[in-house]
Amino acid sequence: MSDIPFPPRAWITAFLGIARRETLRFVNQRGRFLAALVRPLVWLFIFAAGFRAVLGLSITPPYQTYVLYEVYVTPGLVAMIQLFNGMQSSLSMVYDRETGAMRTLLVSPFPRWFLLASKLVAGVVVSIIQVFTFLAIAWFWGIRPPAIGYLTVLPALILAGLMLGAMGLFLSSAIRQLENFAGVMNFVIFPMFFASSALYPLWRMRESSTLLHDICAINPFTHAVELIRFALYAQVNWLSLAVVLGCLAGFFGAAVFMYDPAKGLWARRKGGG
Amino acid sequence: MTTDALAIDDVSHSFGRVQALKNVTLNVPPGRFTALLGVNGAGKTTLFSLVTRLYDNSSGAIRVAGYDLRRKPSQALARLGVVFQSRAMDADLTVRQNLAYHASLHGIGRRDASDRIAEVLGQVGLSEKAGDRISALSGGQQRRAEIARALIHRPDILLLDEATVGLDVKSRAEVLALTRRLIAENGVSALWATHIMDEIQPDDDLVILHEGQVLRRDRASEIARGKGLTQAFLDLTGVAPA
Repeated sequence: MSDIPFPPRAWITAFLGIARRETLRFVNQRGRFLAALVRPLVWLFIFAAGFRAVLGLSITPPYQTYVLYEVYVTPGLVAMIQLFNGMQSSLSMVYDRETGAMRTLLVSPFPRWFLLASKLVAGVVVSIIQVFTFLAIAWFWGIRPPAIGYLTVLPALILAGLMLGAMGLFLSSAIRQLENFAGVMNFVIFPMFFASSALYPLWRMRESSTLLHDICAINPFTHAVELIRFALYAQVNWLSLAVVLGCLAGFFGAAVFMYDPAKGLWARRKGGG
Repeated sequence: MTTDALAIDDVSHSFGRVQALKNVTLNVPPGRFTALLGVNGAGKTTLFSLVTRLYDNSSGAIRVAGYDLRRKPSQALARLGVVFQSRAMDADLTVRQNLAYHASLHGIGRRDASDRIAEVLGQVGLSEKAGDRISALSGGQQRRAEIARALIHRPDILLLDEATVGLDVKSRAEVLALTRRLIAENGVSALWATHIMDEIQPDDDLVILHEGQVLRRDRASEIARGKGLTQAFLDLTGVAPA
């Protein structure tokens, strides 16, 4: 983009402006923050407590010993927060498009990949605030990964958040109306969450169905969960890292394509008067 | 020779098999108020979407202040101020927050943005509403806020797509008068899309767009000569104007 008429400082200004707007919207929507916290906490306090006795877990990396079900499920719930946050961003993009607010963003002189990436990063920052609030509450519930894990999980949260946010961006470009968003919940979010290693380890899946195990194994959300799980114990799951990076590139590339005025969604939309 | 604020040359656009614009050519000279008159469905919004690069112009050329929109999109968009037909501001944020957001999208730093926000809000008479949420403003005030937003980065040309739609008669007149005054004060050009004949003055440049085609472009007084603008529009399009 050799024609960009701005110095580097202006790019930072634009990014901070987009991040500030996302933060303001987040602050203005306190219900969204509470909902984002209540959902995983219900799973942790009720579901996990109920299933502790039912679901036996063998020692499986990164754990060195038998762990309680609450401990196992926590990284999955962290990823769940990021998944729902990504979808919330997607929902707000569709809403912005319907109300017209998105046009303000898209007629900016900065390139669209930069505008979308800024929006993506801002959304991830919001999700990380939610995650650490959840982890703090979980700590009082007895879920206490090693102290270093709270630091080493940060890069994993950034990458997983970016991937799930990019997926949300891509979905937002494909959804034509706000009403269609319920379909996304039913056909994307729930299958992704349940067909993953968030709630039960993959070996457990294989005991029930090899096909289901294979589906879970290729689910990008499984790899987001495992990346977070390992990072929370100061380890790296290289396969998950590679899958998350690959999916991030794929989803973001697809989103940029779909928001390109010459291609994708905008090329197909019809104007009014 | 001065460069036109906006030059559209032989632009066509289709949605599938429906041709929305056919070989549209028009220009907006610097400092001029140009009205784009057409009934609903004439292609005004499609044309605006092409000029703002919401759609890609695959045929013809669009130049903003001399910058080709396809080859130099950032330079071109940096010189455009746009007021969309429907609300484009965040209703949950205050007027100041919305303007600051828009300023950042044009790379304007916080301190400069703060000064500029105060200046444009003063120009549109909304200084005392800076801390109010957009949702708390009346329709006319929201439009004025949109105009302030469009002016904040000192564009060369303002595009206003049916900027008075949904307003009562008094607010409509105020918004139009404000726009004309701001154009004169700031030395910017304007392309004012409308379907309302009353919004056009004899000295305006006028482009009549109908079924995606430019039927006539000239000074409004020239087009109206001898029979009045309403009759001239009817003769050209076969449709009675609003």
